Order: sequence, then C-alpha cells, then structure tokens
Amino acid sequence: MLEINALQTRIGDKEILRGLNLTVKAGEVHAIMGPNGAGKSSLAYTLAGRPGYDVTSGSVRFEGADLLALAPEERAQAGLFLGFQYPVEIPGVNNVYLLKAALNAARKHRGLPEVDAFEFLTLVREKMRLMQMDEAFLSRGVNEGFSGGEKKRNEILQMLVLEPKLALLDETDSGLDIDALKVVANGVNSLRSADRAVVLVTHYQRLLDYIKPDVVHVLARGRIIKTGGPELALELEARGYDWLLADAA
Amino acid sequence: MSENAQLNEIVGRGYQHGFVTDIESESLPPGLDEDVVRKISAIKREPAFLTEWRLRAYRHWLTMREPEWAHVRVQPINYQDLSYYSAPKAKTDGPKSLDEVDPKLLATYEKLGVPLHERARLAGVAVDAVFDSVSVATTFKDRLEKAGVVFCSFSEAVQKHPELIERYLGSVVPHTDNYYACLNSAVFSDGSFVYIPKGVRCPMELSTYFRINAAKTGQFERTLIIADEGSHVSYLEGCTAPMRDENQLHAAVVELIALDHAEIKYSTVQNWYPGDENGVGGIYNFVTKRGECRGRNSKISWTQVETGSAITWKYPSCVLRGENSVGEFYSVALANHHQQADTGTKMIHIGANTRSTIVSKGISAGHGQNTYRGLVKILPTASGARNFTQCDSLLMSGECGAHTFPYVEVKNPTATVEHEASTSRISEDQLFYCLQRGIAEEDAVNMIVNGFCKSVFKELPMEFAVEAQNLLAVSLEGSVG
Repeated sequence: MLEINALQTRIGDKEILRGLNLTVKAGEVHAIMGPNGAGKSSLAYTLAGRPGYDVTSGSVRFEGADLLALAPEERAQAGLFLGFQYPVEIPGVNNVYLLKAALNAARKHRGLPEVDAFEFLTLVREKMRLMQMDEAFLSRGVNEGFSGGEKKRNEILQMLVLEPKLALLDETDSGLDIDALKVVANGVNSLRSADRAVVLVTHYQRLLDYIKPDVVHVLARGRIIKTGGPELALELEARGYDWLLADAA
Repeated sequence: MSENAQLNEIVGRGYQHGFVTDIESESLPPGLDEDVVRKISAIKREPAFLTEWRLRAYRHWLTMREPEWAHVRVQPINYQDLSYYSAPKAKTDGPKSLDEVDPKLLATYEKLGVPLHERARLAGVAVDAVFDSVSVATTFKDRLEKAGVVFCSFSEAVQKHPELIERYLGSVVPHTDNYYACLNSAVFSDGSFVYIPKGVRCPMELSTYFRINAAKTGQFERTLIIADEGSHVSYLEGCTAPMRDENQLHAAVVELIALDHAEIKYSTVQNWYPGDENGVGGIYNFVTKRGECRGRNSKISWTQVETGSAITWKYPSCVLRGENSVGEFYSVALANHHQQADTGTKMIHIGANTRSTIVSKGISAGHGQNTYRGLVKILPTASGARNFTQCDSLLMSGECGAHTFPYVEVKNPTATVEHEASTSRISEDQLFYCLQRGIAEEDAVNMIVNGFCKSVFKELPMEFAVEAQNLLAVSLEGSVG
C-alpha cells in the first residue's frame, strides 16, 4: 500500500528525513516510535503534503501511484488520512458541514454522487455513538472550544466517516485519559480490515496495549533505525532509546 | 401639513405641469446650478416645499467641502462634469438578447444562481415581455395594499403622500448633514418609500428586487422608511447580482424612522462594480444611512454585506432617542484587489436604557484596504445605556490592510460599553487541515471565510444569506496567497 524509498526532506535549510525507508502492506498496523525531534511528525506531514516540508530526494508510492506528485487534497481524496496531533480550530464552520464536504469530495473522486442528507446523518450518528460523542458536537464550530480529548475523538470520528485506505495517526493518544484512550483505540480498531492500513506515531507503549501493531519501528535522526514486532515497543518502554542510538551511531 | 405648505403645494403643482412634456424626454446637460435643481424638481412635478428643500440643500452644499477624514484615496470628482438627470433609457439602447451581454457577467450570474429570466433583466436586456416578475409584483402589491402598507418609488410617494414626505424627509439626515447627503438632497432622482401603518406587521419582506418600476434609480437615490407605532418591517436592499454601473459616484441617502414599539430590519447586499484587478474603474459608494428609534421600545437593525464598489464610505447608524430602544449593526465588508472600504456605524444613545450591538467583520485580500470606523456615544440622558462592540478583521494576503478606529464617548456614569477586537490572518493550519480532508483550496477558503462571517450572516433573511455566501465566494476567487 505504502512504499517509502530513501526519502530525504528538509524544512528550510534544516534536514529532517535522511533516507527513510518504510513499507506498509494492506491489512497491517505499524507503530512508529522514537525520541523527540526524530522526525516522526515530519514524516506524517510530508506524506500528507504539508507546504514547507520539501522532499529533496527519494520516492513514495501509495497504492502504486506517485504520492509526491499529488496535491494535498488529492492525496486525501485518494484515501490518505492524517489524524493531527494538534487539530486546528475553525470558528464558525460547523463540524457537520466540514464532515459532509470532506465526504463528498472523497465520493466525487470515486465517481459517486453526493451523499444523501438522511444517509449521511445516519452514518455520522452511528460513528458518533461508537466514539461516545454527544450529537451537540455536530453543530459546534470545528474543534472550537473543544478540550484536547474532544479534539482527538473528533479526528477519529472524521476518519471513521471518511474510511481512508491509509490512516496516519500522529500522537492521537497524547492528552487522553485512560477512558478516552480506550474509546479512541476502539474507533481505530473498528476500521481495521484486510484492505486498510494504519500507521500510529506515538511516544508510548500504552496505546499499543489497545491497538495491537503488527510492526514497530524506531525512527531516529531522520531514519528508521530498528524494526521489530510488538515486543520491541515493550523493550523500548523498559530501556528507552539510548542503546539504539548508540548502536546506530 | 401646515396651511402654508399646502398652499405652496397647490401653487407648485400648477406651475410644474407645464414643464412635463417639454423636458421629460430629454437629459439635462452636464453641470449643476440652481436652475438644474429647479428643473429636476419640475420634471418630477414636485410640490413647492420639496423644490425649496432641494434649493436650501443646494445652497448649503456650495458652502461645504468634501470630507477628507476617511481612510480612502479618492480621485477628485468634477461635479460640473456629471449629468444630474437623464430620461429613462429607450428600450432599444440595451443589448437585444443575452447573446449580446458580456459573457463574463453571465458567468457570474450563473455562479450566483440567479434565475435565467432574471439574468436578462439584471444585464439590462431590452425585452418587452417582462417575465414572471410582473405577475409576482402585482400579487405583492395586492397583498401589501390590503395590509395598508405603502411601498412605492419615492417619486410616486411625493405625488400620493406629500404630507408624509414633508413630515419625515430630512428629519433623520438633515440636508446639512454632510457633503454627499447634502448633494443628494439637492439632486436626488428617485428611490424607495415605505410606510407601515400602526400595529401592522408587514406581511412579507420588502425588496427592491421586486420593485420593477424603479429598477434604474440612478446615482442619487433617496430611501425613506417609516414604521408607525407597533409596526414591523423587514426591508432588503440591493442587487443580488452585480450591476455593471458606469456611474462613478453613487451618493444615496437612507432614512429610517421607528415610532413607539416599532421595528425595522434593514438588510443590504451591495455588490457594485469594484473596478478591475488593477483598480481601474468602479463605483464610489458614498452613502448616508441613518435610522432613528424615535419611539419607546423601538428597534432598528442594520445588516450589511459589502463586497462591491471601488470605494465604500458608509456608516449605517442608529439614533436611540426612545427609552429602551435598541440599535443593531451587523456588517461584513470585503476589500479585494484595490478596493477601499471605510465603513462602520454610529450608535447615539439619548434615551434611558437604550441598548446597541455592533458586530463588524472586515475581510481584506489582494491590495484591499478595510477600515472599521465606529462611534458609540452615550449622552448624559442615557442612563443605564449599554453597548457591545465586536470588531474582527481577517487578512488574506501580505499586501492588504485592516484598520480599526473605534470612538467611544460616554457622558453618563451608569452606562456599560464593551469593545472586543481581533485581527487574524487566514491561517495555513486551517487551510491545510481542510485540504487534508480532501477539500479543494478555493472551497476551503470559502468555508473558513464564511465561518468568520457567520455571526453576521445569521442575521440575514434565509435566501439572502445563501446569496451573500455565494457572493463572497465569487468576490474572493483567486485571492488566496
């Protein structure tokens, strides 16, 4: 589904990714861990096409196509979803309005007609129940005045409605209490299927107790320096990153 | 009406009739003097009190100078170059069919969702069969007449209700008020007149859109709306689609009067030609709009969406004279390309426990300059008066500007005045967030801008709100950067 080959990026003059390789197959859940400033969020932003994250060399193929040739909205329409670490507030724009516009953009891309208003509300209500969100959220401004936990739930709600092929979740667990964490994990797990993939960027093993990854990577100094199974996350929890960094140096 | 005035009217009427056939078919040559003012009045068969009023205004105008305090750059206007009266255009003047109309203009109508048959009318196509609107307009007239509502052109009102004109004209905006209002008072061509009788709730929203007979009111419009005791009216002004008006100067005056317990809601969507991308051409919109809450518990509410004109200079204001009266001002002003907008409001609190609310949203794009100028004045008599002002600016480019000039004068210690202001740039974070959800850039910008304007749009009547949103989208096309 996703093949990243020798990816190098920079922000301004600063080198961020330095030859990163990563392959994610359909049906898999990958966790990317690593010390602060390693380039984890930058990787997510680069894949989503955020302006300012310049690719200097390497390639990224998504479902066989050249991802880097697509505009950010085209990447989204093609089925790439980024769950933001800090979802932005957009005052005055209803959640439900954004959600519907996003869903219709995706449907248009697939050659489907705009979603029927009744079907849409039925779908959204079902997903909101799963995320244990109150319906009042729909008529509020996008993330406007939401608590940290509410913002993260809202990200997962959007993901569930849009049903992306590949979900990149950037520290979706940060700032969540244990109950909210379970709800969020529940949401992510409900999307798991043979034709989708999830990449979790996280600092903590805790999330991985609820969303079991197939593969765990350590990203440091702009590269993947170690890859293993779920047990790697436990080892990192116990030992930190220093031993790996020493090896890699 | 005083006996004297009545006499004048009769005398005036007799005098003026003779002129009609001579002059009605021709245009006055450029230039302005007392004779021109008299001729305009004569063509319109006005009673003497009105002719005299125009002349007083003209004489006062000669003593005035153009204001220079607004935050706008104005090309000098030579008032002797303008023609102050032109006979209605012959039907053969305009384009004969939609095929002859500028395709760019038609494309804009299409985007705005203006119905096909209305597009022709708005583009000035000379068609004899006047669409469905005629029957629509007639049905409207019947319903309004049954309710006792007077809704007609200003000229018609002068003939049919001179006593109301004499009593109320200039009672809110005196002919001496300001340079442009004074000029308007001398030479105004036509406009709208509304009278809502005591206790009547106007059965429909009044819109100039339906008033076919005054489709082309020219550059000096005069509007007078009187809501008698306990009445209620909602008035919609403006073109719902862009008019390519060649006139450089548009100096209108609008006066609203609300008596005891009456309520007037006045909504404007203004979309005149703003000039091209380089700031060439476009309308100078210098308008004086003022409402007076003359009676107790009365209310006047202004809502405006200003997206057109090269220069906008207007301050729809409320004089809150009656006890417990309420004034409101909700505004969205957009300045794109080289447009300049200097707009805001004045809330003059005179009566006790008067309340006012100001919500202003300014959007600047391209090289646009947007200024909010507002005055909140609490006089010593206005015990317990309250004002709340919120003033937000959104910047969409590096070259545009937003300016805020709030003036507050409080002369009563029991008054409460609150002011909130913010200036923000359309944020890359917001834009990228929408893009990442698969929403195209232009749609994303519209969504964010509409969100910014929401608290004003919700004050507009439903159909108008939709049009206002579309209008904003059209006006902002290609302005991201």
